[in-house]
Amino acid sequence: MTIQYKSIKELNEMLNNKDISPTELLDETFQLIDEHKDLNAFVTLNKEGSYKAAKELDSKDAFSSLEGIPIAQKDLFCTKDILTTCGSKMLSNFVPPYTATAIENLEKAGCLSVGKTNMDEFAMGSSNETSFYGNVLNPWNKDFVPGGSSGGSAAAVAAGIVAAASGTDTGGSIRQPASLCGISGLKPTYGRISRWGMIAFASSLDQAGPMARTVEDCALLLNEMCSYDKKDTTSLNVEIPDFTHNLNNEIKNKKIGIVKEFDLSKLDQNVVKNFESSLDQLKKLGAEIVEVSIPNISLSVPTYYVIAPAECSSNLSRYDGVKYGFRTDNITDLENLYINSRTEGFGEEVKRRILIGTYVLSAGFYDAYYKKAQQVRRLIKNDFDNAFKEVDVIVSPTTRGPAFAAGSKSGDPIQMYLEDLFTIPANLAGLPAMSIPSGFENNMPLGLQIIGNHLDESTVLQVGHNFQVNTDFHNQNPSKGVS
Amino acid sequence: MSWETTIGLEIHVQLSTKTKLFSGASTQFGSNPNTQVDYVDLGLPGVLPVPNREAFNKAIMFGLATNSTINSISFFDRKNYFYPDLPKGYQITQMNKPIVENGEIAIYVDNKEKIINITRAHLEEDAGKSVHDLFDGKTGVDLNRAGTPLLEIVSEPEISSPEEAVAYFKAIHQLVTYLDICDGNMSQGSMRCDVNVSIKKPEDTELGTRAELKNINSFRFIDRAIRHEVNRQIKLLEKGEKIVQETRLYDSDKNETRSMRSKEAANDYRYFPEPDLLPIVIDQNEINEIKNNMPELPKAKVSRYIDVFNLDEADAKIIATSKEMSKMFETAAAESMNPQLAARWLIGEVNALLNKDNVLLSESKLEINNFSALIIRINDETISGKIAKTVLEKIWETGDTVDSIIESEGLVQIKDSGLIEEICNKVVSDNPDQVAAYRAGKDKLFGFFVGQVMKESKGKANPKNVNEVLKKLLS
Repeated sequence: MTIQYKSIKELNEMLNNKDISPTELLDETFQLIDEHKDLNAFVTLNKEGSYKAAKELDSKDAFSSLEGIPIAQKDLFCTKDILTTCGSKMLSNFVPPYTATAIENLEKAGCLSVGKTNMDEFAMGSSNETSFYGNVLNPWNKDFVPGGSSGGSAAAVAAGIVAAASGTDTGGSIRQPASLCGISGLKPTYGRISRWGMIAFASSLDQAGPMARTVEDCALLLNEMCSYDKKDTTSLNVEIPDFTHNLNNEIKNKKIGIVKEFDLSKLDQNVVKNFESSLDQLKKLGAEIVEVSIPNISLSVPTYYVIAPAECSSNLSRYDGVKYGFRTDNITDLENLYINSRTEGFGEEVKRRILIGTYVLSAGFYDAYYKKAQQVRRLIKNDFDNAFKEVDVIVSPTTRGPAFAAGSKSGDPIQMYLEDLFTIPANLAGLPAMSIPSGFENNMPLGLQIIGNHLDESTVLQVGHNFQVNTDFHNQNPSKGVS
Repeated sequence: MSWETTIGLEIHVQLSTKTKLFSGASTQFGSNPNTQVDYVDLGLPGVLPVPNREAFNKAIMFGLATNSTINSISFFDRKNYFYPDLPKGYQITQMNKPIVENGEIAIYVDNKEKIINITRAHLEEDAGKSVHDLFDGKTGVDLNRAGTPLLEIVSEPEISSPEEAVAYFKAIHQLVTYLDICDGNMSQGSMRCDVNVSIKKPEDTELGTRAELKNINSFRFIDRAIRHEVNRQIKLLEKGEKIVQETRLYDSDKNETRSMRSKEAANDYRYFPEPDLLPIVIDQNEINEIKNNMPELPKAKVSRYIDVFNLDEADAKIIATSKEMSKMFETAAAESMNPQLAARWLIGEVNALLNKDNVLLSESKLEINNFSALIIRINDETISGKIAKTVLEKIWETGDTVDSIIESEGLVQIKDSGLIEEICNKVVSDNPDQVAAYRAGKDKLFGFFVGQVMKESKGKANPKNVNEVLKKLLS
């Protein structure tokens, strides 16, 4: 019996049927991890901790939905007594004394954290090529990138090593790798999941979320990851619904928006064709496709690349070689303790963003860049608010194209930044959005993005699930190839 | 040439909350290094600040007591700079919209009132401490203080002399201790101030270039630092040189100020709104609740002192401005049943001693009960006013109780009429010429006889009795 490519739901049935025990599940998971070492999806394994938790569950008669399910955690979440690197040399020796709230919630629900997944350094990147711990490979084609920054999590799920993984999404870091690896990934409404214990990239944009093989599994994970957390004042004190509740309700007469201002003519025509067939599928399910206008959406990428670096330049100031983390050996005075620790400890992309952020916040430029970007952000949010008066969700392709070859964009930051063209607006507006598999181009997965109204993850999940039960893109896997 | 001095103060008041502004760590002073530090204070990755409402409430109290605007919405900002005792690489402060704005406070110099406007008072977290002298060639960092809540109170540049600056600092000190929002302990750094000083000619309409004197933590040093800085600026300008806008450090050992950094070399702090924190929202109900629970404020006290104790407005204001002094006054007034006497002694003798030593009542050795006892002893005529002065000076030096000083020094007033008559008789018979002159109509000599009697009695004779007896003997 193999557990590879099984969903959470399937594993839960196996556990409840006594086909397998949590400990046996872990045995197989660690074997799969070992067999797929070349993907470089994991930075650190948590055998001791996960086996300990599994043993406590072995004798159970009945398993609730997440009990005993092995799961991989993005190495951006702090995990008590387990190395947490955030993909950086800077934190190559950092072992936190606490666990992130989102992870704690999953573990309380019975998830077994098997290890920490590789990622772009400090979540800055869209290809997993900026990690200090090396590239992650796309399981569908190992010459190709898995996307980023949650590339390790996406690859581990796509390779069927684990049924699910945690991710974080600041400008598309859950959805873009989910799309490139052919899995489902949800970025919830900003504030749904506590940011406490999540290593900050851009505080006003960062949001954790689930990555899994199916929309249904994402809903199960989201049920547990959400909580109002007094330790994060930006977390929302709102009712948390059962996100699986209306998954199976039909989407007949749902109004699905497409954004007038997204110019698809400049896109890879295979992506356009794939998107149109997704729309046909939704129509077949009885949904109505409506054109909506988000007039300022074209300003999303430049707006994002002012706000995110600005916040990152400040958030990453704490990595200075003084208290914890990497410290240079090359010290003659305080100033070069700082300079050399940061020069040697950070990679190129992180440095680039710190420099951009420092520039846009500096006296004389603040009004022209940061302040302006905040104003545009507000306009984009207003645009979405207006659009959601007319539609239930908005859909678009998740990315401009399928996964690309490693090295093909890493020399061109602008091309790399445009990877997040379709995903960034939801972060700026704080809205829930997910990517689900929608087909293939040259045997590489493509994704459909579904953006929902504020706090309306349920409808996003409902549309995604309805799409999934009527398609089988999510059931394909790299071992058997695309059928 | 004459010059006008313009001074503005930025006072950092450490709010006396139990825990830090953004973490649950204790704010207690004097613990072992780095024992009052939690993940937030250490700036660990992924941890987030959680604001302490108690600090907001204390800031609101200050706002209410200074007639300020309490902003219903205000924001935290980040001030970015690198320093080892600033673990996050930024300080959380309020740059654009402070919690408190546009207030005022009265100061008294030579018993004259002047209103100083307060531009703003904002919340911020303190940094830790760098320890340079403990490890050879290395710097230690103690983060116990990191994250302690501060209220930074910024005055308008309306202060025009070192005396006024000291009076303003004292007034703020008295107010925050009055409100019990700060322990006022200057030696532990609970209050520190930066002083902006510039000079100009009276006919100039614009202010001169200013220098900022950093981190002064005593009344005496404020006075000395300003005097020194004003002289330095006058010398430069009179030589035809220019003042450079810069930050200067006052060295109390050498009594000099020296340049720390010029404006050109100043940090660009890259302020921006703190994305980890929501705006501070304060509704009127909260303000009302705080208002209802505030200690009686100086203003209300002044009216009460005028109405109930019949004090002059000027006297009432001086007493009510200080929490310690008003407590002392109210206790002594109640126990001696003579509020006028208590007030007179506080405003006269006690104030003179405070000014002479440039200290606060709380720092002096005069305690509330001892002052009460002094007023009671004057009121029941155990000691005369003159003796009482001596007793007060003794208390000022030693802190001994009134009665023990009276007893050990034998200062009890002589009211025994036999004894007084005896002394008076002696004075009259020793000074026949003066007696003759007095009787011939030189009334002014009466004072001479009183003085002689007091001298003979070492000041202990009851003046009223002496007057009566002398009048009789000399008539």
